[in-house]
Formats: sequence, C-alpha cells, structure tokens
Amino acid sequence: MPSRKSRFTRRKFIGATAAASVAFGVPTLLRAQARPIKVGLVHPITGFLAYSGGQSRMGAMMAIDEINAGGGIKSMGGAKLEALLGDNQAKPEVGVSVVEQMQEAGVSAYIGCFSSAVALPATQAAAKYNTPFVIDVGASDNIVNRGLKNVFRLKPGFNASVDDGILGLGEINKAAGNPAKSAVLVHEESEFGTGTAKLLAAKLPSIGIEVKEVMKHANPTRDFANLALRIRGLKPDLVIMSNYQNEYVLLARTLHQQKVDLVSMFSVLGGGFNYKFVKELPDVAQYMIDTNHWFDPTNPRAQAMKKRVEAKGDLFTFEVYLSYNAVKFLADGMERAGSADKEKVNAALAASTWSDHFMPYGPTRMVNGQNTGGKASIQQASRTDIEVIWPAKFASAKPVFPKPKFS
Amino acid sequence: MDATILGAAVINGLLLGGSYALVAVGLTLIYGVLHIINFAHGSMLMLAMYGAYFLLMKAKIDPYAAIPLMVAAMFAAGYVLYRGLIGRFSHGKDENILLITLGLSIVLENVALFFFKGDSQTVTVSYSDRMVALGPALVPLPKLVSFVASLVLCAALAWFIARTDTGRAIRAVAKERHGARLVGIDVEKIFAVSYGIGIACLGAAACLLIPSFYVSPSVGHLFVIVAFTIVVLGGMGSFIGALVGSLIIGLTESLSGLFLGEALGQIGISLIFILILLFRPTGIFSK
Amino acid sequence: MNWKIPAALLVVALAYPLVFRGNFAINFGVLVLFFALIGQAWNIAGGFGGQLSFGHAVFFGTGAYCSTILQLKLGWSPWSGLAASAGAGALVGALIAALSFRFGLRGSYFALITLAFAEAFRILTNALEFTGGGVGLLLPLKRSALNFQFAERIGFYYTILALTAISIGIAIWLQRSRFGARLAAIRENEDAARALGIDTFREKVKVMALSGALCALGGTFYAQYYLYIDPAVVFGVDKSVEMLLVSMIGGTGTVYGPLIGSLLLTLVGEYTRAITDAQGLSLIIYGSLLILIIGFLPNGLVDLFKLRWRRKARA
Repeated sequence: MPSRKSRFTRRKFIGATAAASVAFGVPTLLRAQARPIKVGLVHPITGFLAYSGGQSRMGAMMAIDEINAGGGIKSMGGAKLEALLGDNQAKPEVGVSVVEQMQEAGVSAYIGCFSSAVALPATQAAAKYNTPFVIDVGASDNIVNRGLKNVFRLKPGFNASVDDGILGLGEINKAAGNPAKSAVLVHEESEFGTGTAKLLAAKLPSIGIEVKEVMKHANPTRDFANLALRIRGLKPDLVIMSNYQNEYVLLARTLHQQKVDLVSMFSVLGGGFNYKFVKELPDVAQYMIDTNHWFDPTNPRAQAMKKRVEAKGDLFTFEVYLSYNAVKFLADGMERAGSADKEKVNAALAASTWSDHFMPYGPTRMVNGQNTGGKASIQQASRTDIEVIWPAKFASAKPVFPKPKFS
Repeated sequence: MDATILGAAVINGLLLGGSYALVAVGLTLIYGVLHIINFAHGSMLMLAMYGAYFLLMKAKIDPYAAIPLMVAAMFAAGYVLYRGLIGRFSHGKDENILLITLGLSIVLENVALFFFKGDSQTVTVSYSDRMVALGPALVPLPKLVSFVASLVLCAALAWFIARTDTGRAIRAVAKERHGARLVGIDVEKIFAVSYGIGIACLGAAACLLIPSFYVSPSVGHLFVIVAFTIVVLGGMGSFIGALVGSLIIGLTESLSGLFLGEALGQIGISLIFILILLFRPTGIFSK
Repeated sequence: MNWKIPAALLVVALAYPLVFRGNFAINFGVLVLFFALIGQAWNIAGGFGGQLSFGHAVFFGTGAYCSTILQLKLGWSPWSGLAASAGAGALVGALIAALSFRFGLRGSYFALITLAFAEAFRILTNALEFTGGGVGLLLPLKRSALNFQFAERIGFYYTILALTAISIGIAIWLQRSRFGARLAAIRENEDAARALGIDTFREKVKVMALSGALCALGGTFYAQYYLYIDPAVVFGVDKSVEMLLVSMIGGTGTVYGPLIGSLLLTLVGEYTRAITDAQGLSLIIYGSLLILIIGFLPNGLVDLFKLRWRRKARA
C-alpha cells in the first residue's frame, strides 16, 4: 500500500509527550525531503456507524495517496501528507481523546467526524490549538455556527440541502404538470431527521405542496408496517423521508410491499439511497428520488474514481467522495498558505475559491466556515443505476415523475 | 381511529411479537437453568444471521432449508463456547458469566466488523415480497412463516423439557443444582447443553428473520434489549411466559406506535414492562 | 483505619497533571476519574447495597439534563446546577427504588426495571420539546471558571478529582458506618436482615438515592466538559454498561475497585485504539482482555493488590 500511515500510535501513548517532542520537534538532517504534514482522520471506525466511518477513511486515504503521488504540497517543497488514523467510536469522549492524542503527535489539520454529536466537542477541542478542522460529513449546522475560526465545511448543511431539494422538487413537479399536491414527511428522531423535516414542513407549501402529516420514528425501528398503513390511509401524493440507511431501506421496502401508490417517493439526504440499494432491491429502488450530496456525473474524474472504488469491490457512497474532496480542499489551502502554520492555513481555507472538485458545486466561498458555493443535487434510481435528474446542468437523465402505478 | 387500521395494527403487532419470541425463548431457557443474563445473545443471533446469509449467497441454500443446518451449527457453537470459555472462566460466579458474555459480545461483533465490514446486507428470495391478506392486513409471507415457526419452536422446547431424559435433567438442574449433582447428574454438562440449546434456537431465528430483515455486525442490539425485557416480563425460565411476553410486547409496540407515533410509541414497551412488574414482581408466569 | 492508601492516592492524583502536562495526558486523567466516579456511584448501589442495576444511565442523564436545562432556560450558574442535579439524581433514585422495592422487586427483575426506566427517560427526552428532543442541547461557549468552563483542561481535572474523591470518601464511610453495616446485612441475606429489625426498604431507598445523586454529578460534569448532550449519549445503554463494567472489573463492593477498573479499562481502551488500524481489531483485543481478566481474576482487579498485601503480611 502506497499510503503513509502513521507509526506514532505504536508508541506507548502516556510517554508519547516526551518522545513526540524529540521525534517530531527536531528536524532530521538525514531526511532530504520536507517534513510530512500530518492530517488526522477522526472517523467512527467501530460501533454502529462503523460502515460510514470506514467509507470516509477510504475516500480520505485515496485523496492523500493521490496528492503524494503527484508530488505532495509543492509550495512546501513537496511535503507529503501523512494520515494519522483515528477511531472516534461514534462517542463524544473518544472523539475528544483522539483529537488530543493527534495534537501531541503534531497534527496539522483534522478531517472528520461523520456524527455531529462527536463533531461538536471534537472541533471545540481542536479550536484550543486553532488547528484547522475540515468537516467532511456532519449535517448539523451548529458545527459551523458556533463561531469557531478553525472549522470548515465544504458540503452544504441540511438547511441548504433542504432548500435545494425544495427548489428541485418544485421544478420537477411543475414540469410534469403539478401531479403532486400533498406529502407525508417521515423522519428519524435525531437532529438530522428532525431538523430536515422541520425545514421541509415550513417550506413545502411555498411550492404548492400541502403537508398532511409529519411522522417521527425511532432509531432503530424494527417494523414499519403500521406506518405504511397510516400513510395509505392519508393518501398523500408524496412520501418524503429523511433517515439513516437501515430505516430508509426497511421503510422503502415496506411501502413497496404494501403497494402504497404514490406520485413519487422522495427523500432529502436519504441514508440508504446508494448503488447497493439498487443492486440488492432493484424493484424497491426503482423510481425512488433522493436529494443528496452527489458527485457531478459529467466530470470524468468522478467517473474514474467511481471505477477505481468499485474495482476494489467497494461502494462509491457519499462518504467516500465527500471525504476525498474535503482532503483535496485542505491540501489546496495548504498549497496556497505555503506553510503548515495554523493561522495561515485557516486564513487560506477561509479565503478559498477552490473549484478543482468533482462535485456539482461552483467555486468554494466560505462564510463563517460554511461553503456557500456547495449544492445538493437530485438523483433517481432506475432498475440498474442511479441518474442525476436535477439541476439540469449536471443531469444524466430525465425524471420519471409521476412514477407508474402498481396495478 | 379507523377499525381496519386498528385491526391491521393488532395483526402486525402479533407478528412482530412472533419474531421477538424466536429470540427470547433461547434466552429464557439459558436464564432458567444458568440464572444468568446472556449478554452475548444478540451477537450470537448476528453470527447466525451471517451464517444464513452466506449459505444463501455462496451455497444457494434457501434460508428455510438451512434451518436444520444452522440449528445444529449454533448448538455446537453454544456448547463449545460454554465448555471451553464461559463455564471455565466464570468460576461459578453469576456476575462473572455476565461479564464474560458481555466481553464475548464485544469480540463477536467486532470480528464480524473485521471480516464482513459494517454495512447492512439485505437479501431477496423469491418469497421475500410475497404478500398474504390476513383480515384487514396485508402481511409479507416471511413474517407469517416466522410467526407460525415461533409457536412451533416454543411447543417443541416445552415438549423437550417435559418429556425427554435430557429435559428432565435440565429441569432438575434448573431447580436445585446441588441436589442434581448429588443424584449423579453431570451439572456442568447440563449447563453446556442448555446453553447450546438456547443458542441453537437463534439458528432457527436467524433463518426465519433473514428473508424480511437485514444483517449487520450490530444487528443484535435491535433484539437483545427487547428480548431481555420479554424474558423478565414472562417470568424467567418460562417458555409460555416468553411467548406470551413477546406477543404482549409486540402488540404494545404496534399499538402505542399507532397512537403515540413511532418515536414516542417506543415508550410503551418500557411502561407496560414497569407496570406489569410492579403487580407481578417475578413476571407473569413465574413458578 | 489505614489512611495511608487514600492519602497516597490523593497525592499522586494531585501531582499527576503537574508531571504530565500535555492535554492528552490530562484528558486521560479526566476520563479515568470520570469513569471512576460514575463507576463508584454504580458500586454504591450494586456493590455495597447489593442492588444490581442495568439502567444507571437514568441518573447520569438526569444530572446532565437537569443542570443544562437550568442553565439554558433559567440562566442558572452550572455550579448551582451541579447541586441541583445531585438533588434530582437523588430524587429519581429514591422514586425508582421506592416504587420497585415497595412492590417487592429483587435481583434481575430490579436490574431490568432500572433499564426500563432509563429507556423511558431516553424516549421522553427524545420526544419532548423543552429537552431539545433528538437534536440534543448545546451549551454556548463561555470560557470561565465561574461558568464551569475552564480555559484549561487542568481546571476540569481538579474538579472531577474533587468529585471522585468525595465518592471514594463515601465508599470508605460506607465500609465503616452503621448504615454500611446494615446494607451489608441486606446484601448477604435480606430476610435475615429484616428479622434483625433492619428496615430494609428504607435502607435500600437511601442507598439508591445516594447512588443516584453521585451519578448525576457525573452527568453534569460530562455536559460541562463536552458542552453537548443528546438523549442517546446520556441515557443510552452504553453508559449504564460502562459504569457496571469499571466497577465489576475493578472489584464490586470494594472501595477502590471502580478506580482501578476505570484506570485499567481507559488505558486498555486508549491503547488498543492506538495500536490498531484495521476496523474492529481494537475492540476484539479489548473484549478478549475483558474475558481474560475475569478468567484469571474472578473477583476483579483488586485481587491483584490483595494478593500482594497478603504476601507482604506473611513475610
């Protein structure tokens, strides 16, 4: 494996303080190249978010390998990036501990954390050192709204994603002659689902869609039969979901089994909408629509990376390319800062106009650490693939809306 | 409230209870004999589900056809685990069995994560989405099958314990382990056999659940707390208690979900559990 | 009574952050003391009182939410919130105990009813508006000791040290006091204790209230240290299990068991994460070590020290 994984962790960590200052603080004369820049990856590698964490780590490592293969950070004499691999176990206390541990090892920036509950205290811990922290995945807008100067997020938060979803749904609905006039919202109970549903309920009337009911469900939910019954009773045109993978798939499957006829199944940040879902349950997935962080399908680099991930037998999920682009964004900032100095990197990231990504975004424009140039797109599943259907500029197919009836 | 929705919710609740019973019967047997709560129950279920999953994907063995195989394999796994690890390391202390099964569940779950990665696997078999009209409800065939199977499983276990020599020995050990030892019963062996049978039930449960559910390294958590609740509610060690407890919990979950919403509705399980225990402090069917 | 051990421990604990000055080391110390505190809270009910619980997170979460809500909604100082949360923890402890023991619940039935209460609290905080629902509660950043948000980790360290020292002090007192003796009698044989004229119901309610109060202190500390709480984190089964684990691994019903257990488990947890990269490997090692410790030290880690002392005494 070409990646430079850290060895710092092999050392007894209590003694690491003293050892680290010797090993990392003093430049080695023998080393011809510039000192490597340590990037801490703080993802949930074990515990109930382990899959997402693993996917994020894979995406970030691919970016690091690519940058190093291309000659490292050129303005810093070709300095290579070195990944410090951390596991936050989806627990706040572990996330903070990992941040501190990496700090002792001389980390220059962090990437993380998937879970907002971990990201909030972890970014706060990093803020003490003013160390740049790029949020690759993490929906809560509180992460960037707290006034921490070291925190940056490239992807849109759920607030912006909902706006994009509403805009797109409005246009798709209008183009089809407004077949959708009512909706039932189904969301999971934590911050992500609750926040998304609240915003949706407030904004759907503006595109002529009445919200018949908002249904909250627990994580995990073992059975959706009753929920499907109630939805059938309400006869909405749309079901709009915001939930994590397992519940997303289970609910979609139940509605399909119960043959609940709808104009469309729509979701905002639907956790289970991915290539695997289409492959495992093509009948269920077909025609489902999701608003999400998606790559630009017209960008050849995105397609090339998708091929590389799939060739390894892995899935090209949103975590992979969001983390990949987060690392690239960070590297661009370091390139422009010309130094790993935290102040300079933070300033470079805050002033970033980076556009070398393969997301359907414009150039980066940071406002209080949030990229306002980011945009969610809308995808629809066919029986065999996933197509971008909105915005038209990046679309790879036309929407099937309304979807065919069951009978 | 619409009567058809209510009727359908009752049917869904009973079916849900049936799937809980599959997991709870083994747990109650282990509790009845060993007097410990088996924290590894959820992760053993997870292992069995991966077993059923791989038998289908790699060997093309239908989950229902795989039941005898999985039951035998899980019995062996349970027996060996007890003999080789739990019995040996617990030094006869109940709290230690609790800790060892807790440690075991952490190990098993992460072994699964290590080898299979963390994502959920869903399977489709020809009958996965076949629906059966049951009064006002439209239910997936696999759920109906697992409900019937849970009744059969409870009856079979009850018969086994009541009528066979091993069953009699298990009862003797459950009631008075020192006395059983005095009359020449190999108590340690009976413990291992009971643990094996309890785990074997999970082999059947896994095969019955997989056609309509998913498997992931942490899937056991979904069932384990509910199963604990059911075992205690029913009266520890009672099969009929586990069955009735499962149905009560399934119904409660379904109906409180209907009336309070799926999120707050979860509280129904805790409340009904607390209420029943206050009036029957040793469970519904305690001896 | 031998005061040498607690005095020596206190000196070591006071000196630790002055020797290991790095934030990682101080954070590590905070974690050890934090788990020792909530482990001791569990131990006071589960070990000294003999009332095994699977749902101590109910007290932990009560403490965390009590001080946080008082702060956010009523503008209380978190220090007064700390006192209030101890009161709330004691109240919830007494209520759950009174209800359960009045109806004669024992053993595993009591353990599971505490779990049911923890779950009920988790679901309620998830559903209610004033607890912030599933979104959780975020405390605004206002670094000041008066605001229980120390600018440096060392402030948190000495705060949690004080709380943990109090919990160990209570455990020492339980070992020596009449209250502790009555609890021991109940633990060994409740019927016999009642025959001796002990009001077992009252004593058991008292010990649960005490345990609940200590656990709630841990909850408030957690909220102030991380400044964010949500129902799953503070009322979740994980927290309940962590408390019982440090106590049982260290040695149930002993004064220093939770501290020793916390030290070892935090160390093992950090170390296994640090030496492994592959998914799941760290916890495979962690779980295996857990099993081995129980296999070789069936009474917990305190056995290790007892053996040493006994040998010394013999020599």
